[in-house]
Amino acid sequence: MIPELGHFALALALALSLAQAVLPLWGAQRGDARLMAAGPGLALGVLIAVGSAFGALLWCFAVNDTSVSNVVQNSHSAKPMLYKLAGAWGNHEGSMVLWVLILALCGAAVSGFGRGLPGALRARVLAVLGMIGSGFLAFILATSNPFLRVWPPAADGQGLNPVLQDPGLAFHPPLLYLGYVGTAVTFAFAIAALIEGRVDAAWGRWVRPWALASWSFLTLGIALGSWWAYYELGWGGYWFWDPVENASLLPWLAGCALLHSAIVVEKREALKTWSVLLAILAFSMSLLGTFLVRSGVLNSVHAFANDPERGVFILALLVVTVGGAFALFAWRAPSLSPTGVFAPISREGALVLNNLLLCTIAAVVLAGTLYPMFADLMLKAKISVGPPFYQATVFPLAVPLILAMAAGPLMAWKRARPWPVLQRLWWAALAALVAVLVVWLVQGKPVLPALGFGAAIWLILGALTDVAERVALFSRPRAAFARARGLPRAAWGGAVAHAGFGISLLGMAGMGLATEKLAAVRVGESVALAGYEWRLDGVRDVVGPNWAGRRATVTVTRDGAPVTVLEPEKRNFPIARQATTEAAIHTTWASDLYAVMGEEENGTATLRLHHNPLAPWIWLGAAVMALGGGLSLSDRRARVGAPARRRAAGTVEA
Amino acid sequence: MSGAVADRRGGLGLAASRRRRRLWVLLLCGLGLGGAAALALTAFQDNLVFFRSPSDIVASAPVDGRAFRLGGLVEAGSVVRDGAEARFRVTDGAHAVSVSYRGVLPDLFREGQGVVTLGKMGPDGAFRASEVLARHDETYMPPEVMDALKRSGHWNPEQGAAPPAAGWNTMQPAGATNGQPARTGG
Repeated sequence: MIPELGHFALALALALSLAQAVLPLWGAQRGDARLMAAGPGLALGVLIAVGSAFGALLWCFAVNDTSVSNVVQNSHSAKPMLYKLAGAWGNHEGSMVLWVLILALCGAAVSGFGRGLPGALRARVLAVLGMIGSGFLAFILATSNPFLRVWPPAADGQGLNPVLQDPGLAFHPPLLYLGYVGTAVTFAFAIAALIEGRVDAAWGRWVRPWALASWSFLTLGIALGSWWAYYELGWGGYWFWDPVENASLLPWLAGCALLHSAIVVEKREALKTWSVLLAILAFSMSLLGTFLVRSGVLNSVHAFANDPERGVFILALLVVTVGGAFALFAWRAPSLSPTGVFAPISREGALVLNNLLLCTIAAVVLAGTLYPMFADLMLKAKISVGPPFYQATVFPLAVPLILAMAAGPLMAWKRARPWPVLQRLWWAALAALVAVLVVWLVQGKPVLPALGFGAAIWLILGALTDVAERVALFSRPRAAFARARGLPRAAWGGAVAHAGFGISLLGMAGMGLATEKLAAVRVGESVALAGYEWRLDGVRDVVGPNWAGRRATVTVTRDGAPVTVLEPEKRNFPIARQATTEAAIHTTWASDLYAVMGEEENGTATLRLHHNPLAPWIWLGAAVMALGGGLSLSDRRARVGAPARRRAAGTVEA
Repeated sequence: MSGAVADRRGGLGLAASRRRRRLWVLLLCGLGLGGAAALALTAFQDNLVFFRSPSDIVASAPVDGRAFRLGGLVEAGSVVRDGAEARFRVTDGAHAVSVSYRGVLPDLFREGQGVVTLGKMGPDGAFRASEVLARHDETYMPPEVMDALKRSGHWNPEQGAAPPAAGWNTMQPAGATNGQPARTGG
């Protein structure tokens, strides 16, 4: 009964969504206030319908309803409740329902928070969101119904893929989807602006919070995924330039560019056309990411196993959405009014540089991600593009980006003089240079980590300088505290986010100095790595709720003093017929001690040991970046909205 | 006063500087795109990793020192562990190549399973793998491996699951053998 109700709720949501796609838009074109006013109600209806469907799905997983095919394939009665529930979105069908649920939430949020929006703009935004929602709901109903029944019911489920049974991964998809779907809202704003033929400061002010929120969630989602890969896959790395990882990085890059260009739209009414284009690009990247992950064209650890029918459907959705958006852009963009002027060296100029570099990086990553597919189809060659490609292309592009990142916020709007900016940053530059030299002299050969440390110091000190300048810490130190309290949260947010990126870079540079060792050791023997002694004390059997495995005990000492005891495991999941490797990690913040157990034979166990300097800072930095986004989001301006638009519109009409 | 002057000159000055700014932006865009394209192309040239099946390696010896990916099925009975080093043979049914790997083998590494390895050819004709990828799913067959098996004529996926690896080297390719006796490369 419950699954049927869920299915019905999805169909109802599709019908409401279609109405949401048509009625408000029609009303806005005709100037019919009643039709326009239907938008918020319909958006709320869609939210309730999709929410019920999602609730029904959760229910099926919670009670382990084995007459539902999705539950049979992805769940098992022996699983802990958290993973039963997480299993609801840990599979293709359920994750698409989550996607649509978040979209519906965004739609309701636009109608709720958007009371200050001009009626026509809100109606059009809601209509575009309705179109996207209809597309995805049709996709779910046509190709991936999560409520499909099986007859006869199975005795029990087959279990969720054990590598996915992890708290990090339980929350990774929802966060990532919040980010993905956030780009749908900025996209809807862009399309609405194109239909209206008007982009102004108020538009920038409305788009920016959404861009910020979406970017912050993407940052968190990507970081969580990377952290999960680090501790769960047991490969000792945090980013593999895997196509699915790239698929989440692409909208992040485009969204990052958009949230910066939206500042220029809001403050200076410049870069309007460009921002609209970026909003379209960011959503296109989100859709492309969805397509790449869902269609099975990718060959990746993360990819869901799929059938081509779904791929064709999403590809069609992608082509219609992106093609339509670009056609509309080509048609309407020239009618957007010309923009404010600025000199090449100015805050705007720095933001343009930021945008160009971010987009170029996105283009390069996109090329690397899609080329193997292209080569397979066109040249019949089986090719893969590995990390060296991305390192060779992304790193050189990141250098000017990082240089400009610290200097940009110190520049004046409209026209800046480079000299005073450099004067204020000389100490940061000096410190960065010293860091590079010290690391290079101490660690020797690989020059990249040294440069990474320099870049991190440069960014963190640059952000500090930015804040210090704004509160006049050095010129009028006594008033600094009061000024700091009065500083807009957006200014704090920017500085915090930039510093967060610096912190992440610090971690990545540290990981550049990581060392590892592979050894076959007998019980009692020890291995030396990075100044630590790692002694294998024993291997024993362990039994978990739905697995059985072997656990090694590795005692780590430094100069005879005990540091920690690591217990890496190998687990066997009989129900899912899978095995996983559980890495053991001890973090001292200065570094991670990381141990993985391999094969056992004749009393000898293979151990892979890693010493990863500064590794935790990578994800900590990402959290700080997201915090910066949140701070900026809590700025009064973002909450109050944009009264300017209504006044301006009023004077035009008067 | 000066404001009035600026206002009078505003239209012309604005348009001119707007044009100049657009020029700047276009120039920057061109530079950025050109630079990125150049970067990407050179990086592509050096860093593309080709996939080869054992038959490909036997047909044309790979260039020394260049990394590539080798994939196929792990030949039954070929896995030998020697401390932290593992040696095994990868076969596509027509030919097999010896592989050596220092590291922890993936959880689902089994004889008879599809596997993709990344590495270089050693001087002794054995493949030195730096990475071994077997998936986290027992039923998963890497697409490249599937393709290699199809090309060597040993498996038509429409007729069911791949035959057990033990039989791979005694089978005759289903199609024409293009005149060459199937031999196991080394």
